[in-house]
Amino acid sequence: MNRTSAPVDPSAPGLSASADAPASAAWEELVTAALLGTDRRTPPGCAPGPDAPGALLDAAAVETVRRRAGLRPARAAERPEPAPEDPRPALPAAAARRLAMLLADRPGAGAGRSRGTAPDLMELLPQWLATANTRGFAAPPQVLPALLDAARGRTDLRPAALTFAGPRAVWLARLNPDWRFALRATPGGGAALPDTGDTEKVRQLWQEGLFAERVALLAAIRARVPSAARELLAITWPTERAEDRLMFLDSLRTGLGPDDEPFLEQALADRSRNVRATAAELLSALPGSALAGRMAVRAGACVTVDQMRETPTIAVEAPRECDPGMERDGVVTKAPAGRGERSWWFGQLVEAAPLGTWPGRLGGRTPQEIVALPVADDWQGELHAAWCRAAVRQRDAEWARTLLGTPSASEAGGPGAVSLAERAKLLGTLGSAERAEWVAGFIAAHGLSEAFQLLGVCAVPWAAPLGRAVVDALNIARDAGSYPWSFSGVMGLAERCLDPGEAGRLDGLVAVPDEPEDASPGAGGYWAEAFQRLVTTLGLRAAMAEELGTL
Amino acid sequence: MTQQGVRWTADQVLALAPDAASRKAGSKLGAAGPWSEAGSSDEGTVWGLCKGSGSKPYQTVVDIADASGPAYKCSCPSRKFPCKHALGLLLLWAGGDGVVPPGRAPDWAEQWLAGRRRRTEEKRAARPSASASGSGDPEAARRRAERRAERVTAGASELEQRLADLLRGGLAGAEQTGYGLWEETAARMVDAQAPGLASRVRELGAIPASGPGWPVRLLEECALLHLLDQGWLRRARLPEELAATVRSRTGLPASADGPPARDRWLILAQYDLVDPKLTTRRIWLHGADSERTALLLSYGAAGRAPELALPVGLVLDAEVSAYPGAGQLRAALGERFAPPAPAVIRPPGVTTAQAAARYGDALRDDPWLESVPVTLDHVIPTPDGDSWQLADAGGATALPLTPSARSRPGLWRLVALSGGAPVKVFGECGHRGFNPLTAWPEGTGEAVTLC
Repeated sequence: MNRTSAPVDPSAPGLSASADAPASAAWEELVTAALLGTDRRTPPGCAPGPDAPGALLDAAAVETVRRRAGLRPARAAERPEPAPEDPRPALPAAAARRLAMLLADRPGAGAGRSRGTAPDLMELLPQWLATANTRGFAAPPQVLPALLDAARGRTDLRPAALTFAGPRAVWLARLNPDWRFALRATPGGGAALPDTGDTEKVRQLWQEGLFAERVALLAAIRARVPSAARELLAITWPTERAEDRLMFLDSLRTGLGPDDEPFLEQALADRSRNVRATAAELLSALPGSALAGRMAVRAGACVTVDQMRETPTIAVEAPRECDPGMERDGVVTKAPAGRGERSWWFGQLVEAAPLGTWPGRLGGRTPQEIVALPVADDWQGELHAAWCRAAVRQRDAEWARTLLGTPSASEAGGPGAVSLAERAKLLGTLGSAERAEWVAGFIAAHGLSEAFQLLGVCAVPWAAPLGRAVVDALNIARDAGSYPWSFSGVMGLAERCLDPGEAGRLDGLVAVPDEPEDASPGAGGYWAEAFQRLVTTLGLRAAMAEELGTL
Repeated sequence: MTQQGVRWTADQVLALAPDAASRKAGSKLGAAGPWSEAGSSDEGTVWGLCKGSGSKPYQTVVDIADASGPAYKCSCPSRKFPCKHALGLLLLWAGGDGVVPPGRAPDWAEQWLAGRRRRTEEKRAARPSASASGSGDPEAARRRAERRAERVTAGASELEQRLADLLRGGLAGAEQTGYGLWEETAARMVDAQAPGLASRVRELGAIPASGPGWPVRLLEECALLHLLDQGWLRRARLPEELAATVRSRTGLPASADGPPARDRWLILAQYDLVDPKLTTRRIWLHGADSERTALLLSYGAAGRAPELALPVGLVLDAEVSAYPGAGQLRAALGERFAPPAPAVIRPPGVTTAQAAARYGDALRDDPWLESVPVTLDHVIPTPDGDSWQLADAGGATALPLTPSARSRPGLWRLVALSGGAPVKVFGECGHRGFNPLTAWPEGTGEAVTLC
C-alpha cells in the first residue's frame, strides 16, 4: 500500500511504484516547484523565464505516465482465516431470489404513504427465515451482508437471521464492526459448545467460560439431560454472584421436574431476595412439592364455602400478617403502591397453591362448580385473577378452560373478572386446535376490536375455523361501513398468519363494493385495496413455502 | 425465435429497471395479486392487466423476442421506461408460478405487436439505402469539421495559457481560488466545442478539496491535460491511431466504423456514473471466442435511465463495432442475433502482477487511461489496515482496492462470497487501485455483481 518512492503523497493510490530513487527525487522536485510556482522556484532542468511553466508541465507529464506505467502490485497482507464450512444444503435458486427480494424491501422508503395493494415484504422475512431454518438450508454467501444489515436494524429478527446466516456471518462480523451484534449473540464469538456428553470439557467450560458461554452451555445440557444441568450448577452454586445465580436458576425452568425440588428448596434460603423469589415460583409450579403443600394449607385457610347462605358462597378471609414462613416461601411482604397488603398476600398464596387441592377443600366440587360459585364481599376479582395466574404457572388446561369460560359469553367481551391479557395467557396452556377454536368463537361473538391480543397467541398458520371467523368478521366490519385502518393490526396479522390455502375464500372481497348510504366515504375502495393486499400476500407466502419445498 | 426454456431470472429482469425506485416498485408488482388475464406466447410476448389506483386496469405488454432488446408498452402514464408494470409483469413471468400461462395474445396486445413488427420490417428494408445516401453534402461536412477544429484549437491554446499561469503562480494558491475559476474555464471549453477538455477542467476544480496529497494529484492531472492540449495542437504529426485517441479524448465525435465482430459476448458488468446533467451507463463485454473486451456506453439525460440495459452474467450473440483510436475499447452494439441467454462462460483470469503490467502496457497506446478491464483469478479479498486488497491466493502480491470501492456495499458482498477462499473477480485496474465489479466463486456458481 505504500508508494515507497513517493513520500510526498500520503494518500498514495493503491499500487506501489517501482523503487527508483533518482526518478522519485526528480518528481518531488517537480511537485515542489509546481506548488511554489515557477516565478519563485525554477524546476530542475528548465531555464527560468516565460517558458518555465510549459517545461515543468512537459516534465511532469512524462513523469506521471512513467510513474503510472511502472506501478507494481503491493505486498499481500496476511490473508484472513477461511470461514468455517457450512455443511447445510444450498438454498434452491428460486428461494434465493425471493430472499434477495425480501431483503431489498427496506422500510423507510415509502414511509408515510399507504402501502396500497402491495404486500409488506419485510414483514414476511421472519416467516421466510423460520421456514428456511426448519428445512435446514444454508444462506447464499452473497446475501449475508444484506441479511446482517436487516438484522442489525431489527433485534427481533436476529436469532432466526443469525441461525440462517450460519458460521460465515460470524466470520464476517469479525471483519465489520457494524455487525458486532452477531458476535455478542453467538456465545464465545461462535466457538462451538463442547459435546454435552464430554464431561471433562463441559466441566472445564462451566468453570472457566465467559458468562454467555456458561448460560448457553447450561441451557444446552438442560434441554437434553435436565438432572445433569442441575448437578453442574450445584458444583459452583455457592461461589456464583447473585445476579448470575438468578440467571442460572431461571434456566431450570426448562424441563422442571420433581427431582429439582431439593435443590430449589435449598435455594429458598439464598442470600438474594430475587433468587429466593424465583426458587419459590419454580417450586410452586411443582404441585407435589413441599412448598406447594405449605401454600395450599395457607391458601386453604383463607377460602371457605359459606353454607349458611341461601346459595353456597365463597368467603375469603385474607391473611392478617406475612409471617417469616410465608416470606421464606417467596411471598413478597411489601405491597405495591395502591394495593392493600392483605389482599396482596392473599393473591400470592392462592397463585402458588396447587389448583388440584381446591376441589378437596371446597366440598368436592369440580373446577367448573367452584368458578361458578359466587364470592362474597367483592373478593371475586382478586380470587379469580389469582387462579388464572396459578393455571398459567401450573399449565393446568382444565382450570384454564374453566376460567376462560365460553367464548360467546357476554362478559367475555367486556372487562370481566378476567382481563384480555390474562385470557391470552390462559389460552397459551391449551392445545393449538382448542385455542384456535376458542378465539374463533370469541371473534364470532364479539368481533375483532378486542381480538388482536388473543390472535397473537394462536398457532401460525391459523386453523381453518379461526381463519374463517377472521375473514367473516372483516367482511362484517366492511359492511358496517368503517374504514379498514381501524383494523390494520388484525389485517397485518391476517396477512402473515392466514393459511394461504384460504385465499380462494377472499375472491369475492377484492372487488370494490357499491357504497351503502351510511358508509364512510371511499371506504369500499380502501377495503378492496386491503383485501387485495391480503390476497397478494397470501399468494406470496404460498410461493415462498413452495420454493422452500414445504408444500 | 421462440422463447421456450429461456425464462429470465429475477435479477436479469431487475437489471432492466431505470432506477432503484422502479426496481422496488416493480418487485412489489411481481406478485399475482394485482394482475389478471396475464399470459405469454411462444413468440416471446408477455402481457397482462394490472390493477392500479384507477378504475380501469393498465394494459401491459412486453416483447422479449426482439433481438434488439425487449420492447415495452403500457397504458399507464409513467414516463419511466420500462415502467414498474412492465417490470412487475416480467418478474411474474420469470417467477414461473403458472400465473402467466401460455396462450394467445388478446387483441389489444396483438395490435401493438403487429404494428411493431411491421415497423421493424420497414426499417430493415430501408437500412441499405440510408447508409448509401450518407448525410448530405460531403463538402459542407468537411467545412463544418474544419470550423470546429479551429475552435478546439483556439480552446486548447487558451487552456495552455491558463495552465501556464497556474504553474507560474503555484498550485498552493489553487486551494483558495476554489471552484469558480475552473467552472468558468470549463464553460469556455464547452464553447470551444471540446467537451473532453471541459470535463477534465471541471475535475481539476475538485482536486484541491479531495484530501491529503492533493498537490500531487493536481500536478498529475494538469500535466496530462497539458499533454492532451499538446497532442491536439500537434495532431498532424502524430501516428494516425494516436491522433484518433487524442481526438476522442478531446471530445470530438467519432463513429464506430470498425468492422462488425460477431461473438458470444458475455455481459461482465453494468453500472451507472451519475452526474447532475448526465447518466453514463458503462457495460463491459467479454467475447467468448475472440477473447476481446469491449465497452458499451449508453447515456441518459438528467434523471433518466440510459436506454441500453443488459443483464450481467448472460451471453449475447451479437455484433459490435469498435470506435477508432489506439487502446480504445469502446464499441457500439450492432445487430443482435438472439436475446441474452444464460451460459456457463467465465472470462479467463490473470494474476495481480499481470494485471498491473497490463495497465502499464495499455498506457503506451493511451497515456490518459485511468484503468483497464481485467479479470483476476484466484484472489482472496484481504483486509489491510483500514483498506482492502485482492491478494493472489498462490503468490505474495496484491492489488489494493480503489478508495471508492472500499465504501461500496459491493465490497461486503465480495468478502462474503469469498469467505477467505479464492474467487475470480472482474474489475477495472488502474493507478488508483482495483475497482471490483463482478465476482464468481470457485467451482460453480452464478456471477455476483459488486457495483
